[in-house]
Amino acid sequence: MNAQNLDNKPKVRKETKNKIRVEFERTPLKERLKAKLLSMYFVKKVVWFLFRLILLIGISYVVLFPFFTKIAGSVMAPEDFVDVTVRLIPKNFSLDMYKAIWTELNYLEAFINTFLLSLSTALVQTFICCMIAYGLAKFKFRGNKFVFLAVVFSLVIPHQTLQLSLFVNFKYFDILGIFQFLNGGGINFFGKTITNEFLSKIDIFPNAWETFTASGINLTNTYWPLIVLSITGLAFKNGLYIFMLRQFFRGVPDELEESAYIDGSGIMRTFLTIILPISIPMMITVFLFAFSWQWTDDFYTNVFFTTNKVKLLPKIVGVPSSLSNDYAGQNIYYAAIRNTCGLMIIAPLIVMYLFCQRYLVQGIERSGLTAD
Amino acid sequence: MTKELKAPKKRKIASLDRRKARGGWLFVLPFVIGFILVYMPIVIDSIKYSFYEIKMGAAGYQLIDAGWTHYKTAIGDSEFIEKLGEGLKNLAFDIPMILIFSLFMAVLLNQKMAGRAAFRAIFFIPVILSTGIMESIESQNILSEYMGDSSGIDDGSGSSTSGNIVSAMDIERLFEGMAIGEGLLKYVLVAINDIYDIVNRSGVQMLIFLAGLQSISPAIYESVQIDGATAWETFWKITFPMISPMILVNAVYTIIDSFTTNSNVVMTYIDTIYNGKDGMVLSSAMSWIYFLIVILVLAAIAGIISSAMVFYQRRD
Repeated sequence: MNAQNLDNKPKVRKETKNKIRVEFERTPLKERLKAKLLSMYFVKKVVWFLFRLILLIGISYVVLFPFFTKIAGSVMAPEDFVDVTVRLIPKNFSLDMYKAIWTELNYLEAFINTFLLSLSTALVQTFICCMIAYGLAKFKFRGNKFVFLAVVFSLVIPHQTLQLSLFVNFKYFDILGIFQFLNGGGINFFGKTITNEFLSKIDIFPNAWETFTASGINLTNTYWPLIVLSITGLAFKNGLYIFMLRQFFRGVPDELEESAYIDGSGIMRTFLTIILPISIPMMITVFLFAFSWQWTDDFYTNVFFTTNKVKLLPKIVGVPSSLSNDYAGQNIYYAAIRNTCGLMIIAPLIVMYLFCQRYLVQGIERSGLTAD
Repeated sequence: MTKELKAPKKRKIASLDRRKARGGWLFVLPFVIGFILVYMPIVIDSIKYSFYEIKMGAAGYQLIDAGWTHYKTAIGDSEFIEKLGEGLKNLAFDIPMILIFSLFMAVLLNQKMAGRAAFRAIFFIPVILSTGIMESIESQNILSEYMGDSSGIDDGSGSSTSGNIVSAMDIERLFEGMAIGEGLLKYVLVAINDIYDIVNRSGVQMLIFLAGLQSISPAIYESVQIDGATAWETFWKITFPMISPMILVNAVYTIIDSFTTNSNVVMTYIDTIYNGKDGMVLSSAMSWIYFLIVILVLAAIAGIISSAMVFYQRRD
């Protein structure tokens, strides 16, 4: 036994204090590679890897190509659009389009307005949706199911269907006829018209106040319609946010709140100091959606902003007068200008997306979204 | 002398459940108030206006009873009916395509591989960037076509319709030997050429599917792997049933979302009516007709999917 052991004892090649290198017999490299590379398993894996890579790169190309064309088109001089040998790489480099859009279409003013509007509505929407979703997810109260149904209902009816009524209701904005009443108008109460004679005599709201007409306040061409919709959780796709956040809050263990209650924290304080901080990735996701969908939105800006008094980014798309010309490649040139407008509109969003994209996936992944 | 002893008045202390219920109402209060005072009037008015003629002035607006005329006009409008048919056809085409594509992509993006984060970032670009105004710029964009088109440099083949990614000829040659019906062939062909639109519109669906995939416990995959299931079997026996509730959610979302896309022919037509002369009310009537039809379709699809495809429902 001893002898056998000695026989099989590996030869020590080199020995230092920490390492020891021994020599032992191994299958030759060639054999090993053969066994590894020619197995069905490996071949399958490589084929799948290549297939997947090609597919992903192909679709990434489909997604990114319009951006390449926009960037390429934006730095081309007009001559390049009639030159058949010029496609994606400009021959005559020019920044005229950017300059013209910046100066003639009031880019900066529109940018600041849109920024304020998007930031305020997105912040309000994120917070309000969190509140509603938390209330729906964590509290059992009579009517919980009904409120959730109402949320789904508000998501299902597209605002496009309500276009006219949205416009009229915010042009003559009035809650239960209160504003009309205050201003001395009549109020319709179960078919009877009650007139407020006292107030109509004093006239606390003189008609000189332009926006305040006899039938409500004109909120169009201000940010108010969108802010009112945001505060009440009824703005664009808010139902989706509430749904997503509700699923997320359901996954938060109840023990977390219970321990806070035991320590004497109230319901509101628990929400603000315990629940909100742990849902930050999810909130960033919602904020990102709300902000960028408001930023590029052209439906609400068309419905609520009927005049050009408030300049907003989605409305600047057009051809600056200094660039208008009349030659063979006009159509394609104008298309390039419109695309450059689009590029300048979304430029801030691209920067934001670069910083936030990891939260987008993270937030969704953590939500543990299920459809029950 | 008898002195009535009064029991000290009991201060009512609400139970924890009561207080929690009150807290719940506090949280949903903004929505409830908004829903009753702002949203319901808007919805009801929208239906009401479609039966009236509306005249707007600075001091207020006037409603003149119009009965069913707008609905009659809408139904009598042959172009509208035509668009309606086309829109429903597109919807029937888009829903399966978007669902299949987004599920496939979500499964793909869920696998561990090099550069997954980068691919994910690229795939979600359309969700953030290609909405609203960008979509309307893109919908009639001749620039992309022009840039991608190499026909300017004549290659002698004489084909100048290279706006499409693949031509019908290529696909037909590919599928010649297979016994695939012409209908399916056409479907695949249109889908491939519409890939940009489909990618653009399946962003949120992809996110929802991805979230659903993440919530499947890895232990299940491990155990079926030990039992010797192939990837194909794993997908159909594990992934698909577990993800099936998401399919319903995504189908509903896709239908709702289709109202807001610029490629929706019906909404585009309604929009031109809205912006046209005296068309505001007519457009309202039209969009209600369209909405009612779509909601019926939605209910039918939800019924079919939930009875035939949803295998797995998590219980609370």
